[in-house]
Amino acid sequence: MKKLKQLLASGALLTFVSGLTHADYGLNMPVGVTETSRQVYDLHMLILWVCVAIGVVVFGAMVYSMIYHRKSQGAVASQFHESMTAELVWTVIPFIILIVMAIPATKVLIDMHDSSEADMTVKVTGYQWKWRYEYIDEGVDFFSSLDAASNEARQLGSDIDPATVENYLLDVDHPLVIPVGKKVRILLTAADVIHAWWVPDFGWKKDAVPGFINEAWVIVDEPGIYRGQCAELCGRDHGFMPIVVEVKSEEDYAVWLTAQKDTAAAAKLAAIEDLDPRELKMKGKKVYRSTCVACHQKKGEGVPGVFPAIKGSVVATGNIDKHINLVMNGKAGTTMAAYKDQLSDVELAAVITYQRNSLGNKVGDVVQPKEIAALR
Amino acid sequence: MATVIDTHDDHHDHGPASGLMRWVTTTNHKDIGTLYLLFSLIMFMVGGAMAMVIRLELFQPGLQFVDPSFFNQMTTVHALVMIFGAVMPAFVGLANWMLPIMVGGPDMALPRMNNWSFWILPFAFAMLLGTFFMDGGAPAGGWTIYPPLVLQGGDGFPFMIFAIHMMGISSVMGAINVIVTILNMRAPGMTLMKMPLFVWTWFITAYLLIAVMPVLAGAVTMLLTDKFFATTFFNAAGGGDPVLFQHIFWFFGHPEVYILILPAFGIVSQIIPTFARKPLFGYSSMVYATSSIAFLSFIVWAHHMFTVGMPLQGELFFMYATMLIAVPTGVKVFNWISTMWKGSMTFETPMLFAIGFVIMFTIGGFSGLMLAIAPADFQYHDTYFVVAHFHYVLVTGAIYAIMASVYYWIPKWTGHMYSEKMGQWHFWISTVSVNVLFFPQHFLGLAGMPRRIPDYSVQFAEFNMWSSIGGFVFGLSQVFFCYIVYKTIKGGEKATDQVWEGAEGLEWTLSSPPPYHSFTEAPEVK
Repeated sequence: MKKLKQLLASGALLTFVSGLTHADYGLNMPVGVTETSRQVYDLHMLILWVCVAIGVVVFGAMVYSMIYHRKSQGAVASQFHESMTAELVWTVIPFIILIVMAIPATKVLIDMHDSSEADMTVKVTGYQWKWRYEYIDEGVDFFSSLDAASNEARQLGSDIDPATVENYLLDVDHPLVIPVGKKVRILLTAADVIHAWWVPDFGWKKDAVPGFINEAWVIVDEPGIYRGQCAELCGRDHGFMPIVVEVKSEEDYAVWLTAQKDTAAAAKLAAIEDLDPRELKMKGKKVYRSTCVACHQKKGEGVPGVFPAIKGSVVATGNIDKHINLVMNGKAGTTMAAYKDQLSDVELAAVITYQRNSLGNKVGDVVQPKEIAALR
Repeated sequence: MATVIDTHDDHHDHGPASGLMRWVTTTNHKDIGTLYLLFSLIMFMVGGAMAMVIRLELFQPGLQFVDPSFFNQMTTVHALVMIFGAVMPAFVGLANWMLPIMVGGPDMALPRMNNWSFWILPFAFAMLLGTFFMDGGAPAGGWTIYPPLVLQGGDGFPFMIFAIHMMGISSVMGAINVIVTILNMRAPGMTLMKMPLFVWTWFITAYLLIAVMPVLAGAVTMLLTDKFFATTFFNAAGGGDPVLFQHIFWFFGHPEVYILILPAFGIVSQIIPTFARKPLFGYSSMVYATSSIAFLSFIVWAHHMFTVGMPLQGELFFMYATMLIAVPTGVKVFNWISTMWKGSMTFETPMLFAIGFVIMFTIGGFSGLMLAIAPADFQYHDTYFVVAHFHYVLVTGAIYAIMASVYYWIPKWTGHMYSEKMGQWHFWISTVSVNVLFFPQHFLGLAGMPRRIPDYSVQFAEFNMWSSIGGFVFGLSQVFFCYIVYKTIKGGEKATDQVWEGAEGLEWTLSSPPPYHSFTEAPEVK
């Protein structure tokens, strides 16, 4: 009877574990869509099964001992101890197992480090709390932040059920777009604090360190949309800077790239024109809601002691040049970033105008895009 | 027997002073041990309360209770309080109580310094917790305090640095005291290789403490000068490197991990032989394995940083060195099991916690081995898989060992037996809930949930809810533990001197509770 129970128990354990490894509802590491991610997955499963096997032996021995070598079963304690042979055996066998595991791990690691012969290069820069993607040699350069729907739902006390938001916290306004089957070299750095760029389906993550450049690469096998998140604590909104990569066929990618270049050119033209104050304020509100709201809050009230208020502040109601300077160049040693790279001339002019004439402020002056352009 | 009665009579003549000043001015190792243990229990509750806030916010997706900045303060201070306020002082408290008795000495070798090293701690933690009431709140950059993020902190930042300095000073003094006591206070005949394993593991731990706490002090001082005195150790704009901090921090941090677990190894090596009624299987190999682990702990630090962008050779070295740790750790586990094998076991509460330790620490060891494989770590790193891993080794590892030791020695300390029934309940509720709490976190991490986030995508909702429920039950069961301790101090069945049938060692030759000055005459060691 006892034997049967043990057998059942170990059987249940095995089904449980193998159930876990074959399930596709988020119990295990994704196999992913790159050669690297498949190698990493295989490595992961190899170690997992080695651990399970050792666990069955070790815990099995313990459970057996706990059942049969108990005082209430009338067990009398043997007094044996110290055995050189035993100590040698359980030193050498694990050592051999480790070597067997180290060999494939070394191979994969060497492969992952080889970023040579890339077809194209994208520079990824982490900002608090968004990503910037620059297509080297293409002149395409944009920021990618949490999409509006998630951003609204994730506010404290928003009363929006996250389940009703599609891809909650895993969607962005401008995804990174890369072609399928091409070796894309990814250069990683950061503008303020350390971030980490991670798309689980690609099989790796890497830190983005301010002042340094890290290298990685990816060849994606199938077109699709792949999602990830920042994986290094980077301040208040660390949980809210997702990564979305859209992998397109080569033709679709070419179309997308041309469109991007056109938009960039159009934006440059727009910066020359003056806008009327109402339009500036409207655009400014949009920028404020996506860029400033995390710290300075919806009504510009800030978070006392942490993030200063804009409502009634010396900066937003005082000298306009100082205001422009603060927004463009940030404030060293604080979370206030330099926005001159993150926002366009139009966006900067709009958001500064908005801050001075909304959120309870009524200064009445206006900044035009060309004034910003002149300061660059 | 006669000597025991004699020392007991002494107790009335040279007992402690009465009132509050007894505790402030005491130089007695038992009083200071008690202070450390109570302080650690209070900090365990404070850190636990923060964990409850974390689990409450993570109960379901969306932000319901706290602002993300406050959430980050919770995760940061929870870790600092648990590591420096709960686990380390608990071990120092156990060392204070038990080391002089176990080596057959009258007291710790440096009793005045002993008083000082304890009384620094409440001030250090008052300062750390005081940052919650300052502009900008408590530190929120994670317990690893990586720059540049930590430099964005508010007014609390320098206070946190000074608090860490004070904790470090306290630990180093405690460690010096342990080493001097072990080397000088042993009874005649108590050779090094006859010392109980708890003494041995603490001896090695003390060296680790002295080696690495100054390194941490150096690292945080550099942070301080970077923030206030225009140095640029960790700022690339001035020729520094943010990753340099991580190297220095983890050169402290990895041995620190073993500081938190080696004394636990010692405790379990005391308890299992007692309840298996059989000598420890490989005493000397346990000593050598502990020493090897301590040595290896100095050359594996960068496995916490596989993703920072190291050269291939560096990653290979740290991967191999880390995997190597599995060997001496395995030796320890195999020795514990061989000690149980063919013993005559009973399962009182200390034994339950010790067995719980061996099983669940081993699970944490397995995930540790997985994390050692660098290419796989690129996926695991900074996810809930890591959170699950280190909570298995620290909660069901270090803290389970501390629980085991409290149940094991509290009859000796107080002279009262604890309620066995309540102890068993405490064990089973804790063990079920702690697994509901931490096991699903493995799946969350593998499925892609990063750590240190206050809100998550809806696909992670179910396991987070389980985890939170486990957390609440585990938290409550520790309140129950406080009650059990309180009740045992207040009264209970009178404990014998031997307490446990199979127990061996000098502590069981003294009365329960032992006289105020442990061994005024050196005991005989066979």
